[in-house]
Amino acid sequence: MSDEPVLTVRDLRLWYGTPRGSVRAVDRISLEIGAGETLGLVGESGSGKSTLGRGILGLLPEGARSDGEVLYKGRNLVGASQRELRRLRGPELGLIFQEPMTRLDPLMRIEDQFRETLQQHESKLTNADIRRRSLDTLGRMGIPPTRFRQYPHEFSGGMRQRIMIALALVLRPSLLVADEPTTALDVIVEAQILRILADLKENFGTALLLITHNLGIVAEACDHVAVMYAGQIVEEGPARDVFAEPKHPYTRELLRSTISLDTERLHSIPGAPPNLITPPTGCHFHPRCPDIMRICPVKDPIETRHDGDRRVLCWLHGPEREIPPGGSEPIEQERIAVAEEA
Amino acid sequence: MSQGSSLKQYALTRLGLVVPMVFVVLTIVFLLMRVAPGNPVDAALGGHAPQAEINRITKQLGYDKPLYVQYGKYLWDVVRLHLGSTISDRRSVSNIIEVNGAATLELTFFAMLVAIVVGVSVGLISGRFRDSPVDAGGRLFGILVYATPVFFLGLLAQLVFGVWLNWLPTSDQASPITQALLQTHTNILFVDAIIDGNWSALWDVTQHLILPATTLGIVYGGVFIRLIRVNVIRTLKEDYIEAARARGIGERNVVYRHAFRNALVPVVTVIGLQLALLLGGAVLTETTFNWPGLGHYLVLYIENRDYAAVQGITVVIALVIVAVSLLIDFVNAFIDPRVRY
Amino acid sequence: MAASASVRVQRRAIGLRRALAPIAEARGFSRWMLIAGSAITLMFVILAIFAPVLSPYAFDQYQSNGHRFAQLSRPGHGHILGTTVQSTDVLARIVWGAQTELEVVGLALAFGLAIGVPLGLVSGYFGGVLDRGAVFFMDAMFAFPPLLLAIIIAFLLGSSVSSGVLVAALAITIVYVPQYFRVVRNHVISVREEQYVEAARALGAKPFTILRRYVFFNVVQNVPVIATLNAADAVLTLTALGFIGYGVQPTQGAEWGYDVSRAVTDTASGIWWTGLFPGLAIVLLVTGLTLLGEGLNETINPVLRRRAIRQVDFDAPSFDAGAEFYEA
Repeated sequence: MSDEPVLTVRDLRLWYGTPRGSVRAVDRISLEIGAGETLGLVGESGSGKSTLGRGILGLLPEGARSDGEVLYKGRNLVGASQRELRRLRGPELGLIFQEPMTRLDPLMRIEDQFRETLQQHESKLTNADIRRRSLDTLGRMGIPPTRFRQYPHEFSGGMRQRIMIALALVLRPSLLVADEPTTALDVIVEAQILRILADLKENFGTALLLITHNLGIVAEACDHVAVMYAGQIVEEGPARDVFAEPKHPYTRELLRSTISLDTERLHSIPGAPPNLITPPTGCHFHPRCPDIMRICPVKDPIETRHDGDRRVLCWLHGPEREIPPGGSEPIEQERIAVAEEA
Repeated sequence: MSQGSSLKQYALTRLGLVVPMVFVVLTIVFLLMRVAPGNPVDAALGGHAPQAEINRITKQLGYDKPLYVQYGKYLWDVVRLHLGSTISDRRSVSNIIEVNGAATLELTFFAMLVAIVVGVSVGLISGRFRDSPVDAGGRLFGILVYATPVFFLGLLAQLVFGVWLNWLPTSDQASPITQALLQTHTNILFVDAIIDGNWSALWDVTQHLILPATTLGIVYGGVFIRLIRVNVIRTLKEDYIEAARARGIGERNVVYRHAFRNALVPVVTVIGLQLALLLGGAVLTETTFNWPGLGHYLVLYIENRDYAAVQGITVVIALVIVAVSLLIDFVNAFIDPRVRY
Repeated sequence: MAASASVRVQRRAIGLRRALAPIAEARGFSRWMLIAGSAITLMFVILAIFAPVLSPYAFDQYQSNGHRFAQLSRPGHGHILGTTVQSTDVLARIVWGAQTELEVVGLALAFGLAIGVPLGLVSGYFGGVLDRGAVFFMDAMFAFPPLLLAIIIAFLLGSSVSSGVLVAALAITIVYVPQYFRVVRNHVISVREEQYVEAARALGAKPFTILRRYVFFNVVQNVPVIATLNAADAVLTLTALGFIGYGVQPTQGAEWGYDVSRAVTDTASGIWWTGLFPGLAIVLLVTGLTLLGEGLNETINPVLRRRAIRQVDFDAPSFDAGAEFYEA
């Protein structure tokens, strides 16, 4: 691990404008990823994790605004010009998406897609260079050179995802964001892709932000994990420690909901992810929290550090001096009758 | 995964489907013609011919036989391309197709060229700069142009460029002198002039082409504007566009290479669909500009109640459209590798 | 019982409001198109309905008080838009023409929808041999230039049907039925595969019920757009028929296309008002209908819809938890 983190996010806010108000997809998030490290970002659908992934690269739709800092190798990407961001995307920042089936231009051969990407960023390359580098990267992904001139629709989903990863890696980015890369794939292919991603450390020294809702993947492939809920990071730390001893009730409930061979009864968290336009007051998780206290709906929780490199955003571990008298009393959780529309 | 695609296989399948289609089309034409009331021969001869003459021709054309016999003979004739002759002026239908069909082909070809150039360029720009004043202008232009009947635009063109400015001729395919001097090779005067190397004739023919072709082309180009624009907008939302941007591909390449190319894929299909409309519009344009094309003659024969002529010409037009659709499908399969499956 | 009835009414009202909401939320060009289109179309509807009152003369009137009107007189006193070679007033023919156009197009639309929509619904939903046959037949119809088909049909009907309006309407109907059929059928097929329909079927709902309750309403949403855009096209077809000389006969009513055809010979002498005004009337009516149709399409079609976005304001006050947060 090197000294300077590759990516430092500080107090980032990414809000979308909609006809009904602003969606607070990312609401003051901070995190750090060092070179060669893998950070798993876990959350339910609608937690804002995809927005965070795209937001780091500056790929936000119209009507979205950002605030805060995203420091990539010291440079703040928030507020950077589109031109600057475009120069960074590819050779420095990579992004692979969830649905491999629709992410490649159907009219272009694989060869041409690689040529376009390489020529965009390294215009001095000769055709021979381009071919060599593309085939080399594709080879590492298990795509044979005989298929270089084929069209995207001639490949299966798993292979297309590998092509996408190769396209992202051919430029040797220092940071790769993978947004649910295996959700659309079957389990066997998923294992292959995960191994490729895990090897990134060894082969390329790439820092990886792995976004997923699947805890199993994180346990397997990631050094650190950050748990996201309603636009905020509620817990963060080394993966092994967080899973062995979760501090936030949400993390705990997520782990309990995971299905494994030992599962005898299904466990689920009551309620649904909250509306990000008008999130619940105080701690966003309070309507669904089994350990809710008096203070939870009232005051925004304050982040606390534990055991060196663990963070939690929860009044259970919250700074004692900030809790007024009587605030720590547990209260009855009302039955949630109607799930709120997320 | 199957390797490569078979354009040939696709071609064969499509061809196979065409045969029953042609069959249905021919039947429709037959029924339309036979459904007309009154005696076709009598009407075609002007209504004053002596009964003996009427009987003779009726027998000659087989109109006295039962319907299913006539139907059988009709199909058999069409297959052998024996399209018969007109009743009113004794021309063979093949001759009509050769001479007048060529004139329509000339007009339609250049009109389609104008339509594509105007329609596609305005559509691309409109879609790219969606909701900007440029887009609003482009869309309004498309709507106005579509709303203008081709015969009205023709009338205005004649008024402005023919009468008031006196720049261009307003009727016929070419001046009488040119028509007399040009050798007949293909009956497409534009091509014939090139073959002959007769540049003054070529210029004359071109002058006569400008107003009708541009009029027809602009009016039908409007449809392309709407289609291309919507397609560009839709394409720009596609996943692979976002993925390309994530790789840092420059906006110009994203738009021109990825978005536009994908957006244009259906253009070929639309050209095929537009052909039927264009031929309908050609009827009006030919009438307005006194262009000696198939449409114009068809209308004249309809007025003369010359069923044999109408039937022959209609069959040819319908078959041409079916053939062109087929061709369009092949070109489509060639352009878009996904279609071949 | 009464309670559930009023609940149903309430639900319909909410449903209607939700359905119309996109129209109120429309912004930019779409909104402009809707407004302009409706205004223009409305203007012509008024002209058509109140023609006897609004028009200065009858459509074939060539004299007044025993004096014959001047032939081909320029726009001016007495005849604001001039007169034709037959001494009829140009403006009068335009106003009466509006009636003819809307009459024919309205009839054609009604017939076309009445035949094409049910055919498409049934064919699309039940599929099978009949569907395949219907599709084949309709596709074959597409092989004919619509105008040509209309001319032939108008010509064939002209000898047996006396009302030119009806002849034109029927010709247009026959030409457009395949379009309605195709659009409705394609939509039904995509809706048919939707999960809520599958769910209904799994619950044992009868096909007709499914058609009526789910498929129909979903498909019908598209109909106003198609109908309006087809109306625009139908006007063009009608005027084209008139230009060639079929459909509404000059003795039966004023028709703009026919007027333009008469004006072609006038242009050689530089006379412009006999052709320009009827032509502009056509352009205006068709533009109005198209703007209306496109405007509706933009607002209803979720792919193309653009709703107004409220700007993001980072500093807007969020919820403030007051001091009174629990009982003492």
